Amino acid sequence: MSDFPDVAVVGFEQAPTVRASAGTTNGVEMLIPVFQRLLANAGIVKGDVGFWCSGSSDYLAGRAFSFVSAIDAIGAMPPINESHVEADAAWALYEAWLKLRTGEVGTALVYGFGKASAGHLRRVLTLQTDPYVVAPLWPDSVSLAALQARAGLDAGAWTEKEMAQVAVRAREAAAGRPDAQLRRRLEVDDLLAAPYLADPLRAHDCAPIGDGAAAVLLAAGDRARELTGRPAWIRGIAHRVESAHLGVRDLASSPSTVAAARAALSLDGGTGELGTWLEGLDVAELHAPFSHQELLLHAALELPDRTRVNPSGGALTGNPMFAAGLIRIGQAARQIHDGLAVRALAHATQGPVLQHNLVVLMEAG
Amino acid sequence: MASTSSAPLSAPLTLAFDYTRSLGPVLGAFMAGLRRKQILGVRAGTGPGARVLVPPAEYDPVTAQKLDKLVPVADTGVVTTWSWMPEPMPDQPLDRPFAWALIRLDGADSALLHAVDADRPAMRTGMRVRARWAPERVGGIRDITCFEPAGDETSAPAADPPGREDPSGREDSSGPETDFAADTVDQIVTPIRLEFQHSASPEESRFLRAIAQGRLIGQRCPVCHLVYVPPRSACPVDGVPTVEEIELPDRGTVTTFCVVNVPFLGQRIEPPYTAAHVLLDGADIAVQHLILGVPATEVRIGMRVRAVWRPRAQWGYTLENISHFEPLDAADDQPEGARA
Repeated sequence: MSDFPDVAVVGFEQAPTVRASAGTTNGVEMLIPVFQRLLANAGIVKGDVGFWCSGSSDYLAGRAFSFVSAIDAIGAMPPINESHVEADAAWALYEAWLKLRTGEVGTALVYGFGKASAGHLRRVLTLQTDPYVVAPLWPDSVSLAALQARAGLDAGAWTEKEMAQVAVRAREAAAGRPDAQLRRRLEVDDLLAAPYLADPLRAHDCAPIGDGAAAVLLAAGDRARELTGRPAWIRGIAHRVESAHLGVRDLASSPSTVAAARAALSLDGGTGELGTWLEGLDVAELHAPFSHQELLLHAALELPDRTRVNPSGGALTGNPMFAAGLIRIGQAARQIHDGLAVRALAHATQGPVLQHNLVVLMEAG
Repeated sequence: MASTSSAPLSAPLTLAFDYTRSLGPVLGAFMAGLRRKQILGVRAGTGPGARVLVPPAEYDPVTAQKLDKLVPVADTGVVTTWSWMPEPMPDQPLDRPFAWALIRLDGADSALLHAVDADRPAMRTGMRVRARWAPERVGGIRDITCFEPAGDETSAPAADPPGREDPSGREDSSGPETDFAADTVDQIVTPIRLEFQHSASPEESRFLRAIAQGRLIGQRCPVCHLVYVPPRSACPVDGVPTVEEIELPDRGTVTTFCVVNVPFLGQRIEPPYTAAHVLLDGADIAVQHLILGVPATEVRIGMRVRAVWRPRAQWGYTLENISHFEPLDAADDQPEGARA
């Protein structure tokens, strides 16, 4: 036990993910309705939020300080307590969680947004790679993911058919969700007959490029109980990063995800075994922008059969940059809010081929 | 950008910059080696767990130990994984279909990312490849044009030792006395160019369409009633959309200013000149513009100014339709309705 307050996810909203939005790259148009719904559902107003934290990228926006313009969506006068990470908003949630743990604030609103349609995403993401010996070759994000997919195929870790099955399940899960970008049902045989986009990846193996935004409301202690009947308590949260040197990594595994999950479980001196905790896991939202990455993460975490994986449809049905990781946390928490799960795990990733991974472990009650 | 449409305005936007990157001793020696057609790795660890990392890491990816023992490796190796690029994108190593591959060079324990120029059916994991060197080398990863299929031969682990006058000499290049850190490249230039379709917000678009007709519009917040120009998507005070449109006069008051004395890249006016915040009459937020037609020393806070518009033929969707602001004579400074 610790003297730090427990923190819970008490609300989640997302904008519909769409192929191309008409708005600006600072996300204001997508964020305003998201904020309004999130605050209204919690029965609070802007001034009740103790801390705001966002995740986004100026490289994606093609302009400087796009996250500052995004603050217009809040209405930041008188001045607010605010921060930003140039990362997926799951990492903004990590910062907000820390802020709540200090006891400095009782509520925090975390948001992320990305308008990938403004640029050429496969090329923009090249700038996440090593700038000396990798980026000058301009490898695109899909080609790099394809290297990882082949490494797993060669190792017998997964098959192209299993990858296609992931895509089929994702679409089935998203069929009833209006905020998903891709909802049309698929058949495995059709998928395997389709041409390669970047052999061994086909189009269905890759998350769609789209614009979107999302926000999560966090609260500490009794405040969380006031704001929702069934808070999703953060049992632990941690993130770990792997080497920037692609060629030294074991691409067919994800040691950083496992290390993050273990670190999350050991929060506050916890000594439990990860495997034991996962035995009771009802749902996992894994941030897998490529089909093989869901299989990879599933295997790396050794999830039990009982766990429902990506009931939201996951990133393959909508992957708004810098919001999609936060959406995994929000969707997993929603399973607890709605009484569909007692124990949930959410994973977020950023960087090339699962370089940097964050894990949140959540529980009801 | 049809002005009759009400859709938001958008336009292509290219961001380009040649980043100059300092390399340090390890990457600097690696790049200098490439210039000599020699690939260097760095030794990590000792004993049975010792590895040679290519490209070299400055710090051990596992132990974080500082690494500086450079060793040559071959320019041949084996593909450990690959993917196929059917339609190469701009700036990639080849402009015809090729494979991306991680390549473990002979003598190395980690893999290097590069392109392989091969036919699709020839590609397989485990195939042997050889570096194809660029005819002109500058000290950068693109000194290797790409890799190409190779037979089973292994090249000598080193090409030209550093500092050697005769670039064809190889005989003692891998000797223990060779100081591979002696020859370094200090910096590389890595051009970055990204293309975007930049969209103005609906409110900005209305502002730009109005200014293309010589009019200035702002918007009033429904909650706090402040008037913003240019209009914004949301009131930054209240976080609500601004909807009520206000037409504003092209005259106002200098709220603050600075005199620009320093020349800079892209400067359009010869210094000294004055940049100022001008609060248009009826607005609650100032716009930044130039104050010309008056010596810089005579500009003062509170000065009344009016817009000087460019000739109508030059107008576009830009605040530059106003060339600058100039002092407004007291005699002309009447309320809108009182002007002749």
